[in-house]
Amino acid sequence: MTRLLAERAGLGLLTLLAVSALLFFGTNLLPGDVAAALLGQDATPEALHNIRAALGLEQPAWLRYLHWLGGALHGDFGTSLTSARPVGAQVLPRLGNTLLLASLAALVSVPVAVGLGLLSAMREGGLIDRLVSLLSLVTISVPEFFVGYVLTLVFAVQLGWLPSLAVMHGGMSLAERLAAIALPVATLVIVVLAHMLRMTRSALLAVMSAPYIEMAFLKGLPRGTVVLRHALPNAAAPIIAVVALNLGYLVVGVVVVEAVFVYPGAGQLMVDAVSKRDLPVVQACGLVFAATYVGLNTIADMLAIIVNPRLRRPR
Amino acid sequence: MALQHPKSGYVTSVGGVDRRGFLQAAALIGGVAGAAGGLTLAGCSVPDDTPASPGGALRLGMVGGSTSDVLDPRTFIDWVPINIGYQLMNGLVEIDAAGDARPELLEEWESHTVTEWVFKVRRDVVFHNGKTLDADDVIYSINLHRGDTRSPAKVVLENVLDIRKLDANRIKITLAAGDADLPATLSDFRLLVVPDGFTDWANPIGTGGYRLESFEPGVRCITRKTGQYWKPDAAHVEAIEIIVINDPVARVNALISGQVDVINRIDGRTANLMKRNARFQVLRSQTGQYAVLAMNCESDPYRNNDIRLALKYAIDRASIVKTVLNGYGTVGNDQPIPPGNRYYDTGLGQHIYDPDRAKFYLKRAGVNRLSVTLQASEAAFSGALDVGVLFQAAAARAGIELQVKREPVDGYWTNVYMKAPFCASYSDGRTTVDGALSKAYRTTSSTNDTNWRRPAFDELANQARAETDPAKRRTLYGACQRMIAEEGGALIPMFMDHIEAGSQRVQGWRPSAIFDLMGQRIGEKVWLKS
Repeated sequence: MTRLLAERAGLGLLTLLAVSALLFFGTNLLPGDVAAALLGQDATPEALHNIRAALGLEQPAWLRYLHWLGGALHGDFGTSLTSARPVGAQVLPRLGNTLLLASLAALVSVPVAVGLGLLSAMREGGLIDRLVSLLSLVTISVPEFFVGYVLTLVFAVQLGWLPSLAVMHGGMSLAERLAAIALPVATLVIVVLAHMLRMTRSALLAVMSAPYIEMAFLKGLPRGTVVLRHALPNAAAPIIAVVALNLGYLVVGVVVVEAVFVYPGAGQLMVDAVSKRDLPVVQACGLVFAATYVGLNTIADMLAIIVNPRLRRPR
Repeated sequence: MALQHPKSGYVTSVGGVDRRGFLQAAALIGGVAGAAGGLTLAGCSVPDDTPASPGGALRLGMVGGSTSDVLDPRTFIDWVPINIGYQLMNGLVEIDAAGDARPELLEEWESHTVTEWVFKVRRDVVFHNGKTLDADDVIYSINLHRGDTRSPAKVVLENVLDIRKLDANRIKITLAAGDADLPATLSDFRLLVVPDGFTDWANPIGTGGYRLESFEPGVRCITRKTGQYWKPDAAHVEAIEIIVINDPVARVNALISGQVDVINRIDGRTANLMKRNARFQVLRSQTGQYAVLAMNCESDPYRNNDIRLALKYAIDRASIVKTVLNGYGTVGNDQPIPPGNRYYDTGLGQHIYDPDRAKFYLKRAGVNRLSVTLQASEAAFSGALDVGVLFQAAAARAGIELQVKREPVDGYWTNVYMKAPFCASYSDGRTTVDGALSKAYRTTSSTNDTNWRRPAFDELANQARAETDPAKRRTLYGACQRMIAEEGGALIPMFMDHIEAGSQRVQGWRPSAIFDLMGQRIGEKVWLKS
């Protein structure tokens, strides 16, 4: 099993390396080079040359890639082209905000989703199961910004309990931060909950129709024990995969929620950078997002191997 | 102005000498009445303010900020940095609510010929670092935008030949061509004053009423009162907080839930809803901002003026103002001077929706059925695609098949604007007629987006700019407007008002003649009802 795990980890690193190359060369393929984008209408040949030299753009692309990758490994992502501030210093606080939002949303949504999924699988066809199915269908069908607007309308505008803006800054206490972040967290929980819940339920039910489960029932075991002891470990792989996918989404895909609640996360930073063609910032954000996604999926793969009895003891 | 604006556009030029400033400044050139004055102010609320009282924090929820913002005036292109700039620093000349030039750091001016101007620098003004303002600071600050610079204000100062220090408190500006409105030209929002040699743009030192406390680009900015501001009756609130809220719904929600006191840029429908709630005030400023559908006069079929005229008569402007703007705007007449401006030519006939007349021009152009494509995006102006669709329906009745091609917002100004033969764009209001004419209609303008070149027009505009007699000037500017309307490539369907909203706590808040939020100077002007 150790070999299998090491293989997965190695594959993850390779994927990340490939993504980094794709990111670097992809952004370099964008029409018009950085110097021209910076100068706009004032692009004289002399000015272009000066900027290219200053940014080291006259070196071959592969050399620049290696420099960039080496810097990135040390946490040095270069300097922003538009604001001349170090990219790392811009990305890090934003990434912190994004991770805070994502981890709080995950903390609430993962247990609730898996718990409710288990419950409705155990009570298949019962009142709870049907209710949960209906609600999850509703939440999976509405776009996230709509959920955000409805929550804002009810809790911020009508009731006035929570702030509609989730602006975060240095001088805030933990309680203030939690209050500010409550609505975006609730929005994200609602958005990701249904997906994980339905996956848990259907993965469990698929396993429940297997002969060995029938055997367990025939032995006289109660339904709860059958589900938790015999079905769940075998259904874990797809559940873990969908949880990892949703965690990844929570980190990299929440630009819309950030915009609705004016939350200073990394997604908004990347969108701003793309519109200003600030490539170092785009590359740094892209790399951080890719690392998150690849990392989460690799961990999910490894977890699936660890919890699955058949993979754990290969013949 | 949502998103970015690489249009090196909005040259805030010029205004005029205002009436009060006129007396104070004893300007010698009599008769140079301010050009843009008379921009009517259609305030929605009747001012009923409490007496000015100090204290409190003003919270502005604004669109127009991004993570790449820097507080260097040479980079100013969007509303949030501009607003912060005016909190920290002062301009050379201010534009008042009537659209006239008023002294700011330049307290008096005089000119015997309209090519040589002498300005007096205000005495006893102190920078945040303790330095006293003098002529060197002013010259340094202006020269940041001249010569080898990336500042968009460079075009505003292109007419300036030389700036010379006469003594510690006087400077002399020499122009290449006469400009009777130079003081108003110097009101450009990028011409902010810093100490001589200043370069630390992360923490600008100015003469403004507020000092930078914290600045998180694209998120939040806080400034605090210095307590020793040279302007009388200004800088009332203790602190100013700007929260960047680019999403329009989030902006309105933030105001309703009481997290901000003032928001900018709301649409007509929202304005009508907000007006029904007594907790809020809605302000409407007519600043001469207009939408334009630009036809390239050097490409077919727009090369033919009859085709251009046919299109100008095939659009229903009145219904566009009513439906797209909810009435918050004025019908345009294919020239950039808004009705209400003192040089607006009332004798010029209005281009109305007249399918028969459009057909007449098509026939004269020898075309039976005309098929054209309008490239538009919400980046051009909010509602541009709606305008396109309404235009399409109206033009069909005139035998014109108009396709509306939706272009992506991202990259619109680099990929479509000035490249497509027929595309949507917009222009901010100017404080002088010359500013509005220079921007897109002179042969030499770098943003001449219709490629309309008429040496006769340039000559006329130059004459008008240097003319000090108001009656003669009116005649010249009238001729300019007629030329653009009848021969130009700009189809200007409407002038669009700026609408902003805020809580009733905010006092002393007025519509402005230039931009919104009192010309972005709201911070030092308003106070809060306790």
